[in-house]
Amino acid sequence: MNPAIVFRDLTVSYGHRPVFANLTGQIQAGSFVGVLGPNGAGKSTLLKVLAGLIRPAAGSVEIDGRPVKRRAESIGYVPQAVQMDEDVPLTGRDLVGLGLDGHRLGFPLPTRRRREAIEAALAEVNALHLADRRIGRLSGGERQRLLIAQAIVSRPRVLLLDEPLNNLDLASTQQVVELVKRLAHEGEMAVLLVAHDVNPLIGRADEILYLANGRMAMGPIDEVLRSEVLSDLYGYPVEVLRAAGRIIVAAGAMDGHAHAVSAASPEASVMLP
Amino acid sequence: MNPWVMLAFPFAQHAFLAASFVAAAAGWIGFYVVLRGTAFAAHALPKIGFAGASGALLLGVNSLFGVSLYSAVAALGIGALAERDRRDVATALVLALGLGTGALFLSLGNLYAEDAMSLLFGQVVGVSALGVMETACVSAAAVLVVAAFHRVLLFTSVAREAAAVRGASNRIADWALLVGLGLATSAMMPVVGALLSFSLLVGPALAARHLVRRPWQAILTSVTLSLAVTWLSLFLSFALGWPVGFFVACLSALAYAIARAASRIFDRRPLEGMA
Ligand SMILES: Nc1ncnc2c1ncn2[C@@H]1O[C@H](COP(=O)(O)OP(=O)(O)OP(=O)(O)O)[C@@H](O)[C@H]1O
Ligand SMILES: [Mg+2]
Repeated sequence: MNPAIVFRDLTVSYGHRPVFANLTGQIQAGSFVGVLGPNGAGKSTLLKVLAGLIRPAAGSVEIDGRPVKRRAESIGYVPQAVQMDEDVPLTGRDLVGLGLDGHRLGFPLPTRRRREAIEAALAEVNALHLADRRIGRLSGGERQRLLIAQAIVSRPRVLLLDEPLNNLDLASTQQVVELVKRLAHEGEMAVLLVAHDVNPLIGRADEILYLANGRMAMGPIDEVLRSEVLSDLYGYPVEVLRAAGRIIVAAGAMDGHAHAVSAASPEASVMLP
Repeated sequence: MNPWVMLAFPFAQHAFLAASFVAAAAGWIGFYVVLRGTAFAAHALPKIGFAGASGALLLGVNSLFGVSLYSAVAALGIGALAERDRRDVATALVLALGLGTGALFLSLGNLYAEDAMSLLFGQVVGVSALGVMETACVSAAAVLVVAAFHRVLLFTSVAREAAAVRGASNRIADWALLVGLGLATSAMMPVVGALLSFSLLVGPALAARHLVRRPWQAILTSVTLSLAVTWLSLFLSFALGWPVGFFVACLSALAYAIARAASRIFDRRPLEGMA
């Protein structure tokens, strides 16, 4: 089986500030990878590098065996927090259509193939009922689904989703994660999904890519979310607690105090008396 | 005088044709101006074009040439500066430079107040047959530039980074719009004038986005409204003898106000239905 994404020795810095160094890994077609890590760890940066939006200082990225370049129809990308003007005259259908041919010149021709591709993408994310609504007036969750449809309409090999679960309620979170899992497994896409909570990914994501401290750990959830692995990554003791099928990551109790905890990173931990 | 009678005269026919071309281009390009929030550039370019026209008059060359050259250089300057700084800052800087040289041209030249007035407020009845041709060509060129980049302009406006991944460059979209805007400015200057072409660029397009929800519908609506505003303005101007620009400014604003009110009423209806 050949990997859809291969990255070697990736090093990225903004000016003189390094974000991460020497990341190496690969992601198989058809696998769903959750990307975790504290704020500022470089999750968005990694996705942008894989999408070809940022050129790494060193290292290489290959998509399907070829170096990434702009104008990649084989990559679908949904950025973190997309702002939209409330009155923009654009419907869900138009937005998804842009994902298909938005880089071309002139106006789109209303061919049957185009219409069917758009309908199929909308149906895939359960958003047919949003097709004729203005995108600026949708709820965050509704818009997120349209943005995913926009990203998958060109049938990419790689799907990069930056925090698509933000602002979603529990039911929508489950729906989007299930959808992403289905896209990966049935559509043979390699999917990277950035999240802050690991729990919706349990039992659904095939692997976790954990970024912290400029380094990463990658593997199945149970192999990555372990105290030894995360402590090594962060450079201080980190505990991973499991309760009732949920995972909680906490800064280690070196000083004998218990810490209240975050669902994915110890950074958000608060000390309790 | 009765406006219908006036239409029998060639000067009125020329005015009608030139104004129609300008209105169609302004309505179309205004759609992208509003979409991308480049209203300040749309406001600045005609004023810079005015400086170019006074320079052309000083040198004794065709003023349309002066407007085109000046607004093209200004558009490129704004584009180049905006890559490094914020676009509104870049626009303000270029506007100040343009107006500064314009002041110099005006003081050096023997520009009569009438000339200045007609450049500032438009001199629609002064358009010759050749002028109509020129206006038509420049308007068409302006529309062609933005229409060619229609999808790129849309995509980069609503989802810039997703667009960049697919190869739709925001920078190219910015350039295309500025060049189209510069050309449209050149076409509009002699007809509606430097001060008021802004209202035709923004009023109908703003109104359109409240009335319809798809891009091509918004463009059609904006062009239609722009034509309606312009025709009605010409008619009133012929009838009352007041400047065209005055009516263009008032009617553009009125179109926007009505469209907003209409969309408010329209949007509220489902709620009332529920109550
Ligand atoms: N355009 C930029 N210029 C300079 N520094 C940047 C830029 N973008 C990000 N950074 C820095 O790079 C680091 C990684 O940022 P990144 O956005 O990738 O983090 P993240 O893991 O996505 O965080 P979050 O969970 O908050 O989204 C941060 O320290 C950030 O301040
Ligand atoms: Mg981020």
